[in-house]
Amino acid sequence: MSYIKDNLRQYGLIVALVVIALFFQIMTNGVIFRPANITNLILQNSYILVLAIGMMMVIISFGRVDLSVGSIAALAGAMSGIFIVRMDLPVWLSIIFVLVIGAACGAWHGFWIAYRNIPFFVVTLAGMMLFRGVAMIVLDGTNIGPFPSSFQMMAAGFVPDIFGGTSFNIMAVVICAAIALAVILLEFRKRAISRKNKVDAIPLPFFIAKIVLVVATLGLFAYWFGASNGIPNIMVLLGILAVIYSYIANKTIMGRHLYAAGGNPKTSELSGIDVKKVVFWVYVNMGVLAALAGMVFTARLNLAMPRAGMGFELQAIAAAFIGGASATGGFGKISGALVGAMVVGIINNGMSILGVSVNMQQIITGLVLLAAVIFDVFAKSRAEKPPSLESSALSQGE
Amino acid sequence: MGTLEMKSITKRFDRVLALNGVNLTAADGKILAVVGENGAGKSTLMKILSGVYPHGEYEGEIFYKGEACRFRDIKDSEKRGIVIIHQELALIPYLSISENIFLGNEQAKNGVINWHLTYQKTAELLEKVGLKENPHTLVENIGVGKQQLVEIAKALSKRVEVLVLDEPTAALNDIESENLLTLLLELKKEGITSILISHKLNEVLKISDQITILRDGKTVESFPNENVDENRIIRGMVGRDILDRFPARDVEQGEVMFEVKDWTVYHPEIADKKVIDNINFHVKKGEVVGIAGLMGAGRTELAMSLFGGAYGSKITGTIIKDGKTLMLKSISQAIENGIAYLTEDRKQYGLLLDETICRNISLANLKSLNTGLAVDEFKEKRVAEDYRGKVDIRSRDVQQHVKNLSGGNQQKVVLSKWLFADPETLILDEPTRGVDVGAKYEIYLIINELAKQGKCVIVISSELPEVIGLSDRIYVMNEGKMVGELSKEEATQEAIMECIMNH
Amino acid sequence: MSIIRNNIRQFGMIIALVAVAILFQILTNGIFFRPANIANLITQNGYILILAIGMMLVIITGRIDLSVGSLLAFASALSGVLIINMGWPLWVAIPAVLAMGGLSGAWNGYWIAYKNIPFFVVTLAGMLVFRGLTMLTLEDGTLTPFPDLFHTMSAGFIPNILGNTGPGSYNITAILICLAVSLILIYMEFRNRKVSIEYGAEILPMPFLIAKLVLLVGAINLFGYWFAAARGMPNILLLLAALIVIYSFITNKTVMGRHIYATGGNPKAAELSGIKVKRVVFWVYVNMGVLAALAGMVFAARLNAATPRAEAGFELQAIAAAFIGGASPMGGIGKITGAIIGAMLMGVLNNGLGHLGIGADIQLAVTGLVLLIAVTFDVYTKTKVSKTEKT
Repeated sequence: MSYIKDNLRQYGLIVALVVIALFFQIMTNGVIFRPANITNLILQNSYILVLAIGMMMVIISFGRVDLSVGSIAALAGAMSGIFIVRMDLPVWLSIIFVLVIGAACGAWHGFWIAYRNIPFFVVTLAGMMLFRGVAMIVLDGTNIGPFPSSFQMMAAGFVPDIFGGTSFNIMAVVICAAIALAVILLEFRKRAISRKNKVDAIPLPFFIAKIVLVVATLGLFAYWFGASNGIPNIMVLLGILAVIYSYIANKTIMGRHLYAAGGNPKTSELSGIDVKKVVFWVYVNMGVLAALAGMVFTARLNLAMPRAGMGFELQAIAAAFIGGASATGGFGKISGALVGAMVVGIINNGMSILGVSVNMQQIITGLVLLAAVIFDVFAKSRAEKPPSLESSALSQGE
Repeated sequence: MGTLEMKSITKRFDRVLALNGVNLTAADGKILAVVGENGAGKSTLMKILSGVYPHGEYEGEIFYKGEACRFRDIKDSEKRGIVIIHQELALIPYLSISENIFLGNEQAKNGVINWHLTYQKTAELLEKVGLKENPHTLVENIGVGKQQLVEIAKALSKRVEVLVLDEPTAALNDIESENLLTLLLELKKEGITSILISHKLNEVLKISDQITILRDGKTVESFPNENVDENRIIRGMVGRDILDRFPARDVEQGEVMFEVKDWTVYHPEIADKKVIDNINFHVKKGEVVGIAGLMGAGRTELAMSLFGGAYGSKITGTIIKDGKTLMLKSISQAIENGIAYLTEDRKQYGLLLDETICRNISLANLKSLNTGLAVDEFKEKRVAEDYRGKVDIRSRDVQQHVKNLSGGNQQKVVLSKWLFADPETLILDEPTRGVDVGAKYEIYLIINELAKQGKCVIVISSELPEVIGLSDRIYVMNEGKMVGELSKEEATQEAIMECIMNH
Repeated sequence: MSIIRNNIRQFGMIIALVAVAILFQILTNGIFFRPANIANLITQNGYILILAIGMMLVIITGRIDLSVGSLLAFASALSGVLIINMGWPLWVAIPAVLAMGGLSGAWNGYWIAYKNIPFFVVTLAGMLVFRGLTMLTLEDGTLTPFPDLFHTMSAGFIPNILGNTGPGSYNITAILICLAVSLILIYMEFRNRKVSIEYGAEILPMPFLIAKLVLLVGAINLFGYWFAAARGMPNILLLLAALIVIYSFITNKTVMGRHIYATGGNPKAAELSGIKVKRVVFWVYVNMGVLAALAGMVFAARLNAATPRAEAGFELQAIAAAFIGGASPMGGIGKITGAIIGAMLMGVLNNGLGHLGIGADIQLAVTGLVLLIAVTFDVYTKTKVSKTEKT
């Protein structure tokens, strides 16, 4: 039972996602899970998913946030317009340039926050205004577009079917099957090593259930993507990001340092961790991901706009909190951020299909956010005394 | 005015018995000193008296002027004229002196403050406590000694009859302490009863009329301050035979392994304040060296400044290890060079409370667990299990979160973290603070084991019996300087106190 | 000298404000200080000033309210529905909208103060909910126009008591009001001085007092002249002045004010001094809600319309104003006048840059930089002051 208890939050979230999904499946008479809609759902939410990954890491680092990501995304979109459309640079080179600009924006924040002790709220609020202004200056009040198709492919394209399936995309099935196989192999290997090391592995029923679930989910995706246009390119990008960042967060020293510095910076410092460096790079990383999200958004719209990305920061923050981030820092998983963003995405998409207005969707998103965190706080306070409001950077503004 | 009595006070925190039938009597207009070791229950008792722990959260009765008192909160006890000054000052840094003095007790009519009256009264109160400061000055801009006087002025503003002071001179220098004690004697002349909690026995002897000793949550004895000396009090405080508390150690000491020369450190914020002044000391292989001193003597500052400059600015001097001079620019370099520092405040500086035992133990030496890109979690678990067995951490498994462990087991987790970092020199700052007696003994055994392995161990402790019982050699610090070095044979509490006093 | 040193931040901001204003006066060839522009400056920034006052109190407790922009929009939408669609009389509709604001603030305050939910999450959720409610309320599009009385509340001017005497004439009311305020100010200062002497307190040296009064009275009457030469004194200015006086009084002179500062400065110490910290936090959020509702009505009245797209990051402007005006993100520090000066500095920058033909883009970037500079300045002077004075 302790296994369930330790992972309650994580499972609770997935269960909530499934319940919400089933609810809309029934309410929309199956429209929400039609293959075409699934593709749509992922395309619609792709940039929030990218941002949520970075935002989760920022929140883990002692409950900070980054308010500027929407503006950095707008600036990234504007710069890709300048590089690709106006200056006609090759797409790959432009993408690298834009990512470097994103990193520079992040480094600007990280410098003031980590090395000059300026409160994160002020720095990123200033950055929000500053970079929005720069984006508007760069675009000079106009939109830039259209983009060459190679750039659009990033957000709108699909993985080509090399097997030439006609009514059904075989490539999607092959890829999903390959992933399923890889997951099963990895899980069994992990279990074997656990055994060998005499470490308690996941109880067998849970292990089997987990594998069945993963395979079933992948099968579902194979069907969805196969029956529509195939696997969206953006899905491949998201998959790679999810794997890389989960790996970094869970397995590497860097990840450990992030969680430690976020949970207790003083202890971490006295254990030889360079906390300032950790915070600095977390913001640099956020800048890079914001630039990536900005390009994805621009590619999807096929237009660079000065007002792009307004409110992205709040959606990303909401996704991270729904996904189990703690306002005191030190907690949260990359997968949580992704599931949190999907919860919001499915609610919005489902309600649109039901004809519920965008307005109502906002209200519900707000209430879901509050409910998720209240659930967290109460679940935690049952185990211990309530966390004091003054204990973190976020609740206290440093 | 009247006598204050606390009768058979018992207080539990969860399962831990903090106070067990304590009795205390403060005679009208006298100064009562309450003394005892750390964890004896002094502060808890005073929190009960002042209503911080309201009636119902403890057993027993409080009588004042013959009436039973059942305080619901601080305001309640203040209404009866019982005012407490907490060990951590309860002042708001960004408010002025007069705003602080009348905080919660504003000179107001219909919610509107009369600032003229406030300032006038503040001036009177400041005059009374002998503080020459403008009432408008912000509290953050005056030193700790003056802040303590502001606290007393705050108490006086409430028409205090019984003044409770919890370690009022702990953070003060000699002159400030002297002023404060004089002030207490003057208040006594005005008929105010004081209860003084203090570690500084010379102060207790100087001004108190009656001395009450607490030990392990019980009143041990209470006697008038007549023909009493410090030894008499210490005997009461410690109670048991000191020798038995420390396991014997039989270790061959090697050559000098760790040496510090001309170590000087300045305050990190106040540029011209020397915190550590030209300190020299050395530790041999397999030796346990104690550093004794009063609170604020600079022991923690010394330790942290040696630990890769974790404290202080403008650090000068040399650290020589094994004949090699170390240049330590960061904490990680210090760790790489075999130095470990176990903090005095494990919750704030030593642990990731929300993490597992396993992840706490590996924190300072993750590099050794690295395989290619990733941390080898299986090896990590094995290491943690290993230490859990070695130092006997009592827990379900290594996946348990450290916040759910007892103080002693938490301390063992921090110790394990540093053992895993494989240091040659360990600086242990208050290694048994907030740890129960059983776990204390186990920690002493670990220290002995470390000495046997030929490591250099430096123990900082405020408990003199502990320093004496553990150490092969003792350095005495006061006001940032080394003021004495005592061998095991010479080391007695009197000798240590003498070093401090004669300085 | 200690007066100057203790108020260096305040003086610095005022000097910056004046310097920026004079700079624009020169760069715009005198357009900036034209009476009409001054009146414009105040009506343009009225609602931000109101929000900044409330936000300053929230920040003093060490927290933030992200929901105020949406709440402002919702209040303006609600006032549109109540007044235009349902035809409620103003004296019922206005209190009803204010009550709604108070309730919304209480919702935030309840979760934050009594249930320990992080303020960031609660007010972020509030932001989304109120934004949705706004759009729901105005689903049929913009509501317009309001009754004249409501519109003039925000956009109107105090009429000339001599009647409209034609173009080129001066509005005597504005001048009379300013003279009256000057007299009251002088009287108060001298009375204060007298009482101080009675209590034997330290007093400002006479030359300083006179200099202070001359400056203040001069500034007030300069404004009086400007307004008189334009269309008179804007109604909104009276409302703002009343709010500034009331809130400065509350923060400086009342027990409640002390408790707010103490709560932000050191919650534990405040609790040990017998202050009900949770209650203080709760009421600060209720107050923020009421002020946001008021700002929403001012906004709607100025536009003479309730539009679903009302708010555009107003909460961030209010927060920026408070920080520029010297609030500390750690809590416990900040003044009402600081919030006003901060908001005015932002307003002056935007107005002046606008006159120079510099677009909204650069204005935004400049505001961001000013915010960062102001707080960096704070952080540095703070460490300096404590370094030199603690020894």
